[in-house]
Amino acid sequence: MKTLKADTHELSKPEVQLDIINNYNPNIQSLSKFEDKLDGMGLFPLKPTGIEIFQMNVGYMCNMTCKHCHVDAGPDRKEIMSKETFKYCLDALKESKIDIVDLTGGAPEMNPHFRWFVEEASKLGKHTIVRSNLTILTTNKYSDLPEFFKKHKVEVTCSLPFYSKSRTDRQRGKGTYDKSIIALKRLNEIGYGKEDTDLKLNLVYNPVGAFLPGDQEEIKQEFKKELKQTHDIEFNDLFTITNLPISRFLNFLMMSGNLEDYMEKLVESFNSSAAMGVMCRNTISIGWDGKLYDCDFNQMLEMETHQDSVQHIKDFDLDALNNREIKVNQHCFGCTAGSGSSCGGATA
Amino acid sequence: MDKSYYKKEDLKKFGEITEWQEKLGEKFFDYYGEVFEDGALTKREKALIALAVAHTVQCPYCIDAYTSESLENGASEEQMMEAVHVSAAIRGGSSLVHGVQMMNKVKDISM
Repeated sequence: MKTLKADTHELSKPEVQLDIINNYNPNIQSLSKFEDKLDGMGLFPLKPTGIEIFQMNVGYMCNMTCKHCHVDAGPDRKEIMSKETFKYCLDALKESKIDIVDLTGGAPEMNPHFRWFVEEASKLGKHTIVRSNLTILTTNKYSDLPEFFKKHKVEVTCSLPFYSKSRTDRQRGKGTYDKSIIALKRLNEIGYGKEDTDLKLNLVYNPVGAFLPGDQEEIKQEFKKELKQTHDIEFNDLFTITNLPISRFLNFLMMSGNLEDYMEKLVESFNSSAAMGVMCRNTISIGWDGKLYDCDFNQMLEMETHQDSVQHIKDFDLDALNNREIKVNQHCFGCTAGSGSSCGGATA
Repeated sequence: MDKSYYKKEDLKKFGEITEWQEKLGEKFFDYYGEVFEDGALTKREKALIALAVAHTVQCPYCIDAYTSESLENGASEEQMMEAVHVSAAIRGGSSLVHGVQMMNKVKDISM
């Protein structure tokens, strides 16, 4: 499967995506606007509560092309963070008290500077999270990464949309489930996901279709039971993440005729508690080229941080960023629906 | 003109039944909401029960709603189809168990 970008698909253009989720038809046009919802609860313009998480998207290259990917990542993507940009990130981390470094992609492991950066972040005493697709850990080139993660106490947060093979493979491609199980077993073998170690292994659940995630704790318990019974696999936490209506998931919504219902559901399920806890309030997202964004989704929509704030990592200024106005649009309803959604799971 | 008796968009108007009988409508929706809150049963278990009942009463609105609800609450396809089989078993069983009544009647009136 090719990426939308490689196919020169219209939906690879951020402005087209934004136009669709705002104006696709009269019903979508008539939906409440996200900023009005925030305004109604005195939360607009949305401001940070203080940056705690430094989320770096180190490149859009990936060994997979999942159907729901908001990054439109894949083997044909060439955008990769350079060592120079990594160094700017280290400089920013050195001068700030932000303790959590969250590495995402694409498959972040495929960046040639990935291991070097993890070592450097570790020397600074930062807690590093890697968002792994699991299958990359079963390839020859990267099969030693679990030990590397262990050495640097990297928290591994990995994608597993469901505990069954059929549903997982429908979203992430044939063979994904079996490879994911091999990777999870390997991580378990060296101590990840075990209660008596400090090696954290978390799963990311996201719905395989046009529906919202349910109760995070209940889904976590179901995953724990099923994965233990079927594969003797253990993990620490599970994060439910709502699919936002952008990029390949937007393409799925349109192709399957679910766009209108899904947008309505997101808007109808707006939860003010989730709005209070949206991740853009405590996260800064750094793009592969050093540009700054309020979150990884805004990054994919090329909605850079507010022009009155800092817009590139080389100009990092924590105070300026902590006082910025966060940019919002209709896709943000994905983070405030139901129990809320963030890279750390439910927020309400 | 749409000749279908069931229209998908009508599900969204369910709450409008209160307009013509406010007191009873509100009581019903309060009760309905409370039934599906966390209790001795998990939300997933309640969704699966509702899915089975939806098939028993053959309500298209309820089937749509509780298929989504079951998926949202982490039910697998296997669990959902088993729920439908529970519905089918009870429906089939309820017909067949009346076979006993038929047998009794045959015995009553036969030589």
